[in-house]
Amino acid sequence: MATYKLKTPISEEDTRKLKVNDIIYITGTIITARDAAHRRALEFHREKKKLPVNLQGLAVFHCGPIVKKENDKWIVVAAGPTTSTRMDLFEDEFIKNFKIRVVIGKGGMGKKTTKAMKQYGAVYGAFTGGAAVLAAKAIKNVKSVEWYDLGMPEALWVLEVEEFGPLTVAIDAHGNNLFEDVQKKVEESRQKIYQKLGV
Amino acid sequence: MEENILINEKIVDDVAVKLLQLAVTELPRDVKEALQRAYREEESEAGKTQLKAILDNMELAEKTRTPMCQDTGVIIFYVKAGAQAKGLDKIGYALRSATRRATKEVPLRPNAVDPFTQKNTGDNTGRFVPFIHWEIVPGDSVEITVMPKGGGSENVCVLGMISPGQGVKGLKKFVVDTVINAGAKPCPPNILGVAVGGGADIAMKLAKAALLRPLDEPNPNPDLAKLEKELYEAANSTGIGPMGLGGKITVLGVKVEYAHRHPASYPVAVAFQCWAARRASARISSDGKVEYLTHKVT
Ligand code: SF4
Repeated sequence: MATYKLKTPISEEDTRKLKVNDIIYITGTIITARDAAHRRALEFHREKKKLPVNLQGLAVFHCGPIVKKENDKWIVVAAGPTTSTRMDLFEDEFIKNFKIRVVIGKGGMGKKTTKAMKQYGAVYGAFTGGAAVLAAKAIKNVKSVEWYDLGMPEALWVLEVEEFGPLTVAIDAHGNNLFEDVQKKVEESRQKIYQKLGV
Repeated sequence: MEENILINEKIVDDVAVKLLQLAVTELPRDVKEALQRAYREEESEAGKTQLKAILDNMELAEKTRTPMCQDTGVIIFYVKAGAQAKGLDKIGYALRSATRRATKEVPLRPNAVDPFTQKNTGDNTGRFVPFIHWEIVPGDSVEITVMPKGGGSENVCVLGMISPGQGVKGLKKFVVDTVINAGAKPCPPNILGVAVGGGADIAMKLAKAALLRPLDEPNPNPDLAKLEKELYEAANSTGIGPMGLGGKITVLGVKVEYAHRHPASYPVAVAFQCWAARRASARISSDGKVEYLTHKVT
């Protein structure tokens, strides 16, 4: 297990050296995107429209933040991760088309995403579920908000972050998936637990 | 006793706002200690990282008086109303207005949605929300507990109507299977409330209320205390670990409750609470004195 501090734009080389269980902290720019923003970004791509931000080398954070406006300035109050599996539908295309290097969320992602990460050189960083204050503290500035018509949680927030983390690499760019490994082990332990309880 | 000012709407309102603010920004001592111990005892690196982040987040939330998690939950109150207390009819109203005020002042995330129109009321109140559980007790004081309950852990709560023939063995297997199915979803480490008997509604109600018992208070019934320990060890042998990233700390505690059952039914309810196990209580005495029971208030 090693700890890495990454700066955006993150290169493919940067992500290829990461392995599951490594810890990363990100400084630079990350964007938030949930289902709706993923869907719209892919629509833009299909229609050959330019995205409002260049995502190459950035990190996408599965998060619907609570943001307030103070003196005309956006301030992120809370920004915990949301469950990532919902984005499994879109993430492989997202990685392929926009060259994002890190996906941040909670709960892990499935086979399709794991495959795309291996092929294009991206990783999944698990952020502690519910740790909203920790996340908000690392967000230094809201650079812009795009697609606000989708609603505050669904909009694409472009955030400037400093040492955003800790993120545990749970899917690496070599096809390893920590959540799947854990699930396999849990399945193996099930019978032992039954035995011990005499059930 | 004309001077009996106990259930003055304003006092209840102020106390309830304070309780909500305390609950979402600061964990009770027993939960804090359990998380600290979990951090010391966890052996997996990934698990330790998660627990450290939880502890850091907890401290930061407390220091900055910010909600520890963006999901400030659906608001549930448990009220122990002294039979001699005056003005009990005002409490329900005061708790609703306090919920509205706390939503603005703390702030809390609006979490009350109409299931048909999908419209969010925006102030955390709605039909049966906040829900109030009433208990009439002797005396003239009133004890109010609030439990803001997050959605992630709520979504994996289950009720099983298992075969009475399987009995306690069936119960144990059901709990283990439920924990394994839930996996990373309820933001482990969790607290489990397990209740058996009563009937479908009663089992779940008891399971959830069991989550209010402090973690360092074992079951007063020695047989149930033993069962709690057994289930605790079983859940922590699954290997799910903090946030499902693997490790030995999947639960912080298991609380068992029971009611007598119908000969033909064996309801088992498992209620999950996440690491953000938020609760706060206060007692309002007949002279209007307020005592906070779960948090230090200066
Ligand atoms: S399960 Fe608990 S800690 Fe996780 S996001 Fe929901 S309320 Fe927050």
